[in-house]
Amino acid sequence: MTETLGQTILGIETSCDETAASVVVDGKTILSSVVSSQIDLHARFGGVVPEIASRAHTELITPVVAQSLVEAGRTGKELTAVAATYGPGLVGSLLVGVSAAKALALTWGIPFIGVNHLEGHLYAGLLEEPDLEFPLVVLLVSGGHTMLIEMQGHGMYRLIGQTVDDAAGEAFDKVARYLDLGYPGGPVIDQLATQGDPTAIKFPRPMINDGYDFSFSGLKTAVINHVRKNPNVSAEDVSASFQAAVVDVLLAKAKRAAEEVGATAICLAGGVAANSELRERTKDYALQSGVRAYVPSRSMCTDNAAMIATAAWWRLNADGPSGLDLGAKPNLKLNWIA
Amino acid sequence: MLILGIESATAQVGCAIGGHEGVLASAHSASGRRHAESLAPQIEFTLSQACIDISEISVVAVDVGPGLFTGLRVGISTAMAIAFGLSVPMIGVSSLDLLAFPVRHTRRLIAATIDARRGELFTAFYRQVPGGVQRVSEPQVVTPDDLYGELQAASTECLVVGDGALRYRDMLEGLTKVEIADESLAYPSASSLVALAHARALREEFVQPTEIKPLYLRRPDAEINWQTRPAQ
Repeated sequence: MTETLGQTILGIETSCDETAASVVVDGKTILSSVVSSQIDLHARFGGVVPEIASRAHTELITPVVAQSLVEAGRTGKELTAVAATYGPGLVGSLLVGVSAAKALALTWGIPFIGVNHLEGHLYAGLLEEPDLEFPLVVLLVSGGHTMLIEMQGHGMYRLIGQTVDDAAGEAFDKVARYLDLGYPGGPVIDQLATQGDPTAIKFPRPMINDGYDFSFSGLKTAVINHVRKNPNVSAEDVSASFQAAVVDVLLAKAKRAAEEVGATAICLAGGVAANSELRERTKDYALQSGVRAYVPSRSMCTDNAAMIATAAWWRLNADGPSGLDLGAKPNLKLNWIA
Repeated sequence: MLILGIESATAQVGCAIGGHEGVLASAHSASGRRHAESLAPQIEFTLSQACIDISEISVVAVDVGPGLFTGLRVGISTAMAIAFGLSVPMIGVSSLDLLAFPVRHTRRLIAATIDARRGELFTAFYRQVPGGVQRVSEPQVVTPDDLYGELQAASTECLVVGDGALRYRDMLEGLTKVEIADESLAYPSASSLVALAHARALREEFVQPTEIKPLYLRRPDAEINWQTRPAQ
């Protein structure tokens, strides 16, 4: 009896403050996905501290990789390739994952694949929903990025719009910090907003009808000014009204982009895609419009290594492996097509 | 027994393979900050020069610092992953021990120094013992003035080795009993690492990959600022 063995890839992700490793077969079957978050280490500083993150990655990388293999029931010798995020991200953090992945590939005599973190987020959708058809419009929103991307095919991405200042997640963190709600800001604002009135305060919807780029710096300032002038305002109402403004802008542009390019679906990606209101309203839009909406599970929105192993599988089969001389590229961009 | 030694704590990055018969092959470079780009290809090259398959490696040794944090972590992450991937034990050796070891034939006091940047050095003192050196002070972070004062107070013939001493050469050479070792000895070497690790391997002083701890000697800036900022 001959069994067709799939291509089993170990993915490693260390671009920011999550140490993650995952084993995925053929870019669609997740055998394991281990994520060790460092939120507790960074919370008191109100943001990710690069040196603390790098130290934690160094300590966690071996146990996390070991656990991902044990959970997957695979040994290194049974893998097809080892992949790691090589950018964009914090250079000291990226280097831990890249170094470990190259060393494992060298040790097991299998290919190494360097993966663009953003491409990983784009593939998170296809990992959970392999029958999605191109073109797709992906709204990639996280602490570091806010982008609208047309995914025309594998490896074929067109940048439709992006933030001109703060990323959406960054605005959540900064507003939360101003309201003394702690770090990270996304989950706590999401939670408070459920008890607040989203129409209580009329915050601006920056650039909502103006092209596909985003701007959240002014909105953040408007929130801070409002709280400064109204110190007794309820944090619940501020959270709900701020969140409504962000989601209005994100969705308005994503919808327009989907219609313009004739997308089969809108996909959410990135940490802010874990936001309840964004998720609900994206699903509502799909029900009304007939355009499919793909809202990944929350664990697939935030940084994880399963999406890296998936993107690596596509990369390996399209372009082949990366060289062992690959370094970290903290400012790595996606390869855009015109 | 074959040992793979990986060293990346300073501006130099390198590796060596050896065992009972000494070092079979080694590679190193100190050009730019290209530790992550250089190390894995160096290991491949060194294995091929030594005519060794990586599966024949039975111990992975690594320089655990002190040194430049980012470079140090490249070497440690690489070494841990190889040891994990091969299921072999590890040996961690301090970068300062590696600096002192090649000058073990002197009877003078030895000061090993590594440029810690920001106007500071990592340093420790050593004495010759049969077959090697013994550390006689704890590794610490000092200013060049501190080191100058310690050397002056020691009031004995001293050989100062490492890129830290070279950086502050003009100042330290003002001391009459002090000599600065030249550039060829300025960086910890992977060959010394293999030699020192071999001695420890014979005594079975192994650790598991998860037990390797970088010797930072400095806390992250954010933590220092946090501790020292006034209470609100």
